[in-house]
Amino acid sequence: MITAGCDIGSLTTKAVILNNTRVLAFAVAKSHYDPIVGVTEVMNKVLKSAGVEMKDIGFCVGTGYGRERIPFAQKAVSEISCHAKGAQWLMPSVRTIIDVGGQDCKAMHVDAKGNIEKFVTNDKCASGTGRFLEVMAKLIGVELEELGQLAEQARNPIQLSAVCTAWSQAEVVTKLNLKYSKADIAAGINNAMASRVAILAKAAGVEKDVCMTGGVAKNIGVLRAMEEQLGVPMRRLRVDPQIVGALGAAVIAKESIGGAK
Amino acid sequence: MYVAGCDVGSLSAKAVIMKDGEIVASQVINSKPDPNESAQAVMEKALQKANLTLDDIAYCVSTGYGRESVPFAKSAYSEIVCHGKGANWKMPSVRMVVDIGGQDAKAIRIDDKGNIAQYAYNDRCASGTGRFIEVMASAMDVPLEKMGEISAQSTNPISISNQCVVFAETEIVSLINAGKALPDIVAGLHKALANRVAGLARGIKLETDVTMTGGVAKNPGMLAALEEALGVRFVKSELDPQIMGALGAALLAFEHASKVN
Repeated sequence: MITAGCDIGSLTTKAVILNNTRVLAFAVAKSHYDPIVGVTEVMNKVLKSAGVEMKDIGFCVGTGYGRERIPFAQKAVSEISCHAKGAQWLMPSVRTIIDVGGQDCKAMHVDAKGNIEKFVTNDKCASGTGRFLEVMAKLIGVELEELGQLAEQARNPIQLSAVCTAWSQAEVVTKLNLKYSKADIAAGINNAMASRVAILAKAAGVEKDVCMTGGVAKNIGVLRAMEEQLGVPMRRLRVDPQIVGALGAAVIAKESIGGAK
Repeated sequence: MYVAGCDVGSLSAKAVIMKDGEIVASQVINSKPDPNESAQAVMEKALQKANLTLDDIAYCVSTGYGRESVPFAKSAYSEIVCHGKGANWKMPSVRMVVDIGGQDAKAIRIDDKGNIAQYAYNDRCASGTGRFIEVMASAMDVPLEKMGEISAQSTNPISISNQCVVFAETEIVSLINAGKALPDIVAGLHKALANRVAGLARGIKLETDVTMTGGVAKNPGMLAALEEALGVRFVKSELDPQIMGALGAALLAFEHASKVN
């Protein structure tokens, strides 16, 4: 049985093709200003790399921004449910899932059956979302993807005192003017990011195992800082953390067919 | 006897010189990176206007975020105290002062002598401070001092859905790209900030008469938006609302000097 899941995020759109227990293919692309055009492109791409056609897809679930309007999806499911489902499918022992997206952050606490017991989200304040890292990376003139590696060379990470992204920008400019190294600044940025995300995770309830999903989970600096702040290891998932929402959608698609589990 | 007040803010520095209960000179300059330099520069200019030297000043009180860096001040007071004092001296009927600064916003309830009854303060989140308008003006490539004029031409203010400075900046860029009229966007921004600050004022119970102090009070669009959000008409004086903090500092300086002599 082949199913599909697509996840339209603020920055990237993701699609996964699942054949029962095997991920056949996945694709990640920059989001299009028209979410439907974007998701259709990503879907065509992932079908091609899986070597299947749209008619082979038994069921497709959509999630993310614009999920209600995906023409080839039979069902729309919230990102919260999809991330929880995807993470638990990959790692049944997971109880806390922290998803940091391009402009939001969600922390979910699930029980052993995968039911969501509690979730907390922030999409009002850029601080503690991927946008914070994006703004900061641009400010210090490095690629977003470099922030994690760069921080590995830090010797004396800077401390950011403000929570607000706008105030942190001013603080980072001051540190740049004072000739702090980019590595020390990057480490300070990652630590600040982690401390904001940790607050949300604690509000949802932190229970082992804990994992992070979404693009920010690729930043090793943030992961390490989160481990320090929460005092628990961040378990690494066996797939790209960015596709967990789409994967969860594909798993829900599989479950949606005739109640088969 | 001459006394002086010096208010070193994040965006501008202000000085007021008084003699026997009369203002003899006032000055506003843009802040320099070093608050000490700002203080010296603004005081020098005010002294020049009054044809005085620093030796003629019996007592000087400093206020503002740079108040500890004013070398010639004999004591320092918070802006909250100073704005309350200044407003009460010029407008005795005022019971509430709303001050939007470059990096903060305050609502201050005062008694008939200008003493603080209660206050609310925001400097944690840049949205809800003057920085909000500053960032948006720069994103739209509009000089900050032109914002009021532009909003006056609005026929249909656009409602801005994001509160966060970072997210709102993206929103207005999309609004401009979508061909929305600049005056409608600017008026919408004033409304958004007014609602944030009105929330602060309501939190400590609105009491009339109300006046607005600080540089942002010179923006007629902002003034009108805040009047609408609070449902009151502000009391105004012929004095520059931006010097109210420095004026309050000068009044406190007079009290100190009288005690000493």
